[in-house]
Amino acid sequence: MRKYIAKRLMLSVVILFFVCFIIYTLMRCLPASYVETMAMELSQKPGAKSYQEWLEQLNAQYHLDVGIIPGYFMQLGEMLRGNFGDSWKFTIPVVEQFQKCIGVSFIMGAISLVLEVIIAIPLGIIAATKQYSKTDYTITVFALAGISLPTFFFATLLKLVFSVKLGWFDLVGLVGRNYNTLDEMGRFLDKAHHLILPITTLVVISIGSLMRYTRTNMLEVLNSDYIRTARAKGLSERKVIYHHAFRNTLIPLVTIVGNSLPGLFSGALITETLFAIPGIGYNSYQSMIAGDIPFSMFYMTFLAILTLASNLLADILYAVVDPRVRIS
Amino acid sequence: MSDEKKNGNSNQEEQYSLNDDRRVKVLSPGAMVAKRFFRNRLAVTGMVILLVMFLFSFVGGVLSPYREDQVFYRRDYISKEYVGVTENTEYRYLKLSDEYGAVQQAMTVLAIQQENSSFDAKGKTYDVVKEGEGLYSIMDGDTAVGAAYLDIISAEDSSVTFSDEFQYNALLGLVKGGGSFTLDGEDYDVDDTGMITKGGESVAVCSRYIVQSKTSGVIISNEFREALIDHLASEEEVFTFTDANGETAEYELVYDPATKIWSVKQEVSTQVFDTYSSPSKEHWLGTDRNGMDMLTRLMYGGRISLLVGFVVVIIATVLGIILGGFAGYFGGWVDNLIMRIVDIFYCIPSTPVIIILGAAMDGMRVEPKIRIFYLMLILGVLGWPGTARMVRGQILSLREQEFMTATEACGIRVSRRVFRHLIPNVIPQLIVICTMSLGSTIITESTLSFLGLGVKFPYASWGNIINDVSNSFVLTNYWFIWIPAGVCLMLTVLAFNFVGDGLRDAFDPRMKR
Repeated sequence: MRKYIAKRLMLSVVILFFVCFIIYTLMRCLPASYVETMAMELSQKPGAKSYQEWLEQLNAQYHLDVGIIPGYFMQLGEMLRGNFGDSWKFTIPVVEQFQKCIGVSFIMGAISLVLEVIIAIPLGIIAATKQYSKTDYTITVFALAGISLPTFFFATLLKLVFSVKLGWFDLVGLVGRNYNTLDEMGRFLDKAHHLILPITTLVVISIGSLMRYTRTNMLEVLNSDYIRTARAKGLSERKVIYHHAFRNTLIPLVTIVGNSLPGLFSGALITETLFAIPGIGYNSYQSMIAGDIPFSMFYMTFLAILTLASNLLADILYAVVDPRVRIS
Repeated sequence: MSDEKKNGNSNQEEQYSLNDDRRVKVLSPGAMVAKRFFRNRLAVTGMVILLVMFLFSFVGGVLSPYREDQVFYRRDYISKEYVGVTENTEYRYLKLSDEYGAVQQAMTVLAIQQENSSFDAKGKTYDVVKEGEGLYSIMDGDTAVGAAYLDIISAEDSSVTFSDEFQYNALLGLVKGGGSFTLDGEDYDVDDTGMITKGGESVAVCSRYIVQSKTSGVIISNEFREALIDHLASEEEVFTFTDANGETAEYELVYDPATKIWSVKQEVSTQVFDTYSSPSKEHWLGTDRNGMDMLTRLMYGGRISLLVGFVVVIIATVLGIILGGFAGYFGGWVDNLIMRIVDIFYCIPSTPVIIILGAAMDGMRVEPKIRIFYLMLILGVLGWPGTARMVRGQILSLREQEFMTATEACGIRVSRRVFRHLIPNVIPQLIVICTMSLGSTIITESTLSFLGLGVKFPYASWGNIINDVSNSFVLTNYWFIWIPAGVCLMLTVLAFNFVGDGLRDAFDPRMKR
């Protein structure tokens, strides 16, 4: 097991190296409008150096004056030393900005994951036990509708109904107008109030796949021999489903939920942008649009690490939960 | 299913013996799949929705009387301020003799205010004579040296300026209720309305009101001025005037007590883009912010969205089959290499990459049409790893089966073995994956277009139609702009998912009902 994990980790590092390289190349190939704009701005100050000189200086400062491959290794060296540079857009160190905005993203992700699990798993089980009934059809349609809803359309509908027509929530933002006048408790409630719509969006959009996954797995388990045996023994249907079948469905479910744990940190780019929630997703969207290479680079590398971590976690969890799986 | 068959066959049982082959209807695997598929109500619903959407997008665009980028106009009436009228309440001064200077003028102001009949200035006494309403003469003995007046004289021909003597005489004539005077050998008549005529021809008009043109290029004729001033007394709000050419125009009078100005407003019709017009007979879903027919845009948008979906899925699938097929069939280091590439692609966060590339294309000002091709290419290249993984997995297990050993034993060449015997066995799963990813590709494209980074104006896509809601006024007031596009989008993706789901169930022999 330990050997397997070590091997997977090594492989992950190699993959990460190449992913970072691709991301870096991509970033370097972008029209470096940000640096040019900044050079233009700086050169127009009284007594400043010429545009060309500023451009050269800035390019040197951001390691943009060397070729892609040496530039990549320089960048990689800096990153390994924990120096991710300063964000161009936010003009503070990338890590600082990241620490500022990761909290709200994580909270949003965590709450919606919990809600998802609470809602999706029971519904999936009900759909499977009553296969081809009206309930099953309703749940399937609901799940598929959730998957099919484009995030931006659903969020806009929510805004129209709850913000514009009913006036219950603000259209965008994490804090209300009078946030600064509130006390601790009031601030907490204000933020929670502003997070209701984004979390609803996240849950509705992503609940479908977990529900369907539960249903499929439950169906598979219900078709297996030991369930037939349990029924043949004359056990009550309740006991068959919740004692024998459900426990075995848990194996893939734990895996998939564990798999989505690293995703809690990745933020919801579209949803956060739509509701202007200053989480990691919204911040990185802004930095990407502004051509802020250090922050975008950091965000994408971070996402790649999360993907690798969740893949690894899924494999390990599968082996831990299911004794039949032996990792070699 | 077996019930139906039994009933159907029970009547014929006498004709066939028990072991007759014809007794059982044999279905080919394809027909079995079709049968299972069409029994799934959701899948059939999805199929119907898709059919409608295709007809709507591809046939609808042809049938629509409008083009994708046809702009509609409407005439808009704007109440524009035409002229402003102010009543002159400040005395103005005429200098009739050189001795009437600043001191005398200042003293005149004082005298009029205090209603004195004379004042002293520079050691002389001047009489202030009230000639009538709005005209004072300043007399030094019997000669008028200056005058203070309220009525303004404006010439018929704006290039003519009148001498102070002329003005004084005209004003005198006016306050006396009409009269005539002679100046520089010309005879002038003044009537009680302020018209100054020379030999029956009007040369100027005096009036208490100052009429100023508020729109450039408008010269106000004296007839208009007169008619307007006459009208002011009646205090009616609507003023109609027929000019010399016989054209009648209606004006609206608005009095502002704070500034004491009458604004004369004219309804001016201008041609404007017919933006955000409500649904009507001509435009069933109204028009968008550029004055283009919404329904037609929706049809063309559907074309782009569906087309992008198909092209992207085709690119991804072809790449996936080739690379996955190679990896699965050859195994060994080829497999290892390809699968590591797949791993790397899997790790690249696709949404940020697409957003960055979209922003970069914005920066490079890529032409909208070429942009669509780039978009397809990017989405396709980012989409193949999933397909490749699935194909490889399937081929790995199929390779070990007996029929492959048989093909090897028969000496069939490699390419034939792969493409005739292995790939067709993967097709069911491929079709399912493709249908499902069609839906998700359409969502990705529309999300990008919604963010303004995908398909760009003048091309419509369902996503960039909804983009209009970034203006919260549209979000609140013009539902017909974005709701239909969103519903189309959702229905299409839902239909693809229904069909994909139905196909998976139909292809999977274990899924018996």
